[in-house]
Amino acid sequence: MSASSTRDAKGRPLVAVTGLGIVSSLGCGAADTWQALTEGRSGIRTISRFPTDGLRTSIAGTVDAFETDPLCAPLLSERFAEVAAEEAVTQSGIGDDFPGALFIAVPPVELEWPQRQALAEASGDNEDITYRSLLKAAASRRFDAWHDLFIFGTVADRISDRFGTRGSPISLSTACSSGATAIQLGVEAIRRGEMKAALCIGTDGSVNPESLIRFSLLSALSTQNENPETASKPFSKNRDGFVMGEGAAALVLEDAEAAKARGAKILGYVLGCGEKGDGFHRTRSSPNGEPIIAAIRAALDDADTAPDAIDTINAHGTSTPENDKMEAMGCTAVFGERISSLPISSNKSMIGHTLTAAGAIEAVVSMLTIQHGRIPPTINHLVPDPSLTLDVVSTARDARVSRVLSNSFGFGGQNTCLVLAGEPA
Amino acid sequence: MSGRKVVITGIGLVSCAGEGIEAHLAAYESGEAPRTDAETYAPYPVHPVAPVALDTQIPKKSDQRQMEGWQRLGVYAAGLALDSAGLKDDAARKAALHLIVASGGGERDYAVDGAILTGLRDAENPGAYLNEHLQNDLRPTLFLAQLSNLLAGNIAIVHGVTGASRTFMGEESAGVDALRIAHARIASGQDDAMLVGGSYNAERADVLLVHEMGGFLHKPDYRPVFSRGGEENGGFILGSGAAFLLLETAERAAERGAKPFAVIDAIANDRVRRKAGSVADALPRLLREAGVSRPDLILSGATGVASLAEEEAQGLKAALPDTHIRATGDVIGHPIEAVPSFGTAIAAALCAAGKAREVAITSVGHRSGEGVIRVVAA
Repeated sequence: MSASSTRDAKGRPLVAVTGLGIVSSLGCGAADTWQALTEGRSGIRTISRFPTDGLRTSIAGTVDAFETDPLCAPLLSERFAEVAAEEAVTQSGIGDDFPGALFIAVPPVELEWPQRQALAEASGDNEDITYRSLLKAAASRRFDAWHDLFIFGTVADRISDRFGTRGSPISLSTACSSGATAIQLGVEAIRRGEMKAALCIGTDGSVNPESLIRFSLLSALSTQNENPETASKPFSKNRDGFVMGEGAAALVLEDAEAAKARGAKILGYVLGCGEKGDGFHRTRSSPNGEPIIAAIRAALDDADTAPDAIDTINAHGTSTPENDKMEAMGCTAVFGERISSLPISSNKSMIGHTLTAAGAIEAVVSMLTIQHGRIPPTINHLVPDPSLTLDVVSTARDARVSRVLSNSFGFGGQNTCLVLAGEPA
Repeated sequence: MSGRKVVITGIGLVSCAGEGIEAHLAAYESGEAPRTDAETYAPYPVHPVAPVALDTQIPKKSDQRQMEGWQRLGVYAAGLALDSAGLKDDAARKAALHLIVASGGGERDYAVDGAILTGLRDAENPGAYLNEHLQNDLRPTLFLAQLSNLLAGNIAIVHGVTGASRTFMGEESAGVDALRIAHARIASGQDDAMLVGGSYNAERADVLLVHEMGGFLHKPDYRPVFSRGGEENGGFILGSGAAFLLLETAERAAERGAKPFAVIDAIANDRVRRKAGSVADALPRLLREAGVSRPDLILSGATGVASLAEEEAQGLKAALPDTHIRATGDVIGHPIEAVPSFGTAIAAALCAAGKAREVAITSVGHRSGEGVIRVVAA
């Protein structure tokens, strides 16, 4: 079967992007974010949200524009998702009653320390506090509102109510590739003909003491606290870990035929999605890079796109020694010698690693890259890692960009790649 | 949708009823109350998982140590499902096999949490105290034992199931969605096989805590799911366990000589805006959408929250007045995200044993999500 204006080469409905929304430590909305990204501004700063005394890492790309009560990961994640989705849905013009399902990548949530402390205090126990004390306080019924706040489905339920999405909303996690998986689920549902539109979101507001310390204990975070803006330095020789970030991004995906029929402005297309699991280790990639290579190739195949047709790579580029090495290896295997002249860039140099949201945020940035014909930089690339033969974009570069490969890799052997384009294949 | 036939060729189960298909069929048929521990977490009863020989499915102690209970149970049951499907030693097929897990996350280091909360009470600088103790007292690997997607990650590591995985969160409805998406991917031709399931550890104070907030836990002793009404609107009794299913096309099953337990014919689910009567109204519609015609049985995933259970029974009786309703909660308790997989597995086992031709499995989430799964004899 050959491609048409509404079907891809495999005969499946083409998946158009008709709305984009983004929130990050650089600001709210695509316009502000894009300007900051192309200017090479950093959103990384010393954490002010909570005391950082004694922490090995005290910097992050927090989004401080919103207050929630209580201030906790699920409410922040919900708020970011709402703002990003509002922008995307408005841009799409698809209406208040969203005619498709919600796929939302959300951070795993649980009760946080302020809530545990409040329960401990309410228990009235003067001796050692145990979970029995907390259960006693919970039984007072004074804390019932926290149930919904700290179960896994609530962010999705509330976003679904807010935008009127149809059917059962899906909350998902594939760790640091979650945002890309949310998009993939939407693409697949549209291709299967289950729906004409999908609202795909990745969101993460989990910069809190315990989340930070957990990553810190795995030695995953940069400890370059003195100069927050230069701590995240993907593909640099002196990179020493990622910087946690927050934010959200939303994409309105539509069956291209339906989008055209309603006269929507099509911003671009998700041409392909690829994924591959890795059973080597809980936090490390197979040393031969095969699962990463397989995920990139699967995305290219799904998009019916030859490696030569990719104009730039929006890298996962976390700034950890391990990721950047393995990602470079995987890209080199797929793109061959061309990798040394194929522009690659990591938004994480400016906004940090937004974890659950990253795949969605980077897909939105990829779309903006295509729209503007400009590749945002990987800032702080002052001491290139000589073992990586990459064309790292260190200042914003004007280029004609038709197709972008966006990579996302996560703990637990999660590898998900997307091919985004301005025009159909 | 091209509508390829999707069959169940592997079932892995572990719960308070024991391990494996026979134990669960026996528990189902006995009609006796599920094994309950009303003491350890009194006043909250739980249905504790039967002892399992972890080494048989997770040979490396180092792997076992890297997981918490909910992950170990899930990896164990996933291994049983692969065994049951005859795929355990088929490295090539496992390396191409995709996985959807429905799960929450957790667990906590209860001693550390308690000590920190005790210390915080008199700490001069609570922020610094919390930082210092989290940094010094948390096991570094505990994080990986808490992450929702690391059950899937451990299934990849231990069993070599490395197609790719996705983890759905969101309580009961995540379990239905996992089955629905897996079914749709196979039926539409996207994939030929999927491993899908869920896992839950009820024997932990942090999950009792989150569900006591909201008053969703039944206490103090076991009572049947549909008999928990009263002043406090009933509630659920959490159950520890895991259920995994190997789904594949009927053609592939036939090609490799695997005998199907049953067919997953259709899955219909929704999230209705809850108000009085909305669940009762939704169920007849979902039964219709799933094509349920003359089921021999309804396996209900009712939580035990009395108002919802009453509405569910009302909706089911309106559509199928004479069909026997049995709660999976009365067999294995309420393992939240894993409930729909358990219902589907027990239904398939009943079909395979010639004891049913058509079974409707229901799920009504304690906060949201309503679903119906139609399983028929192969």
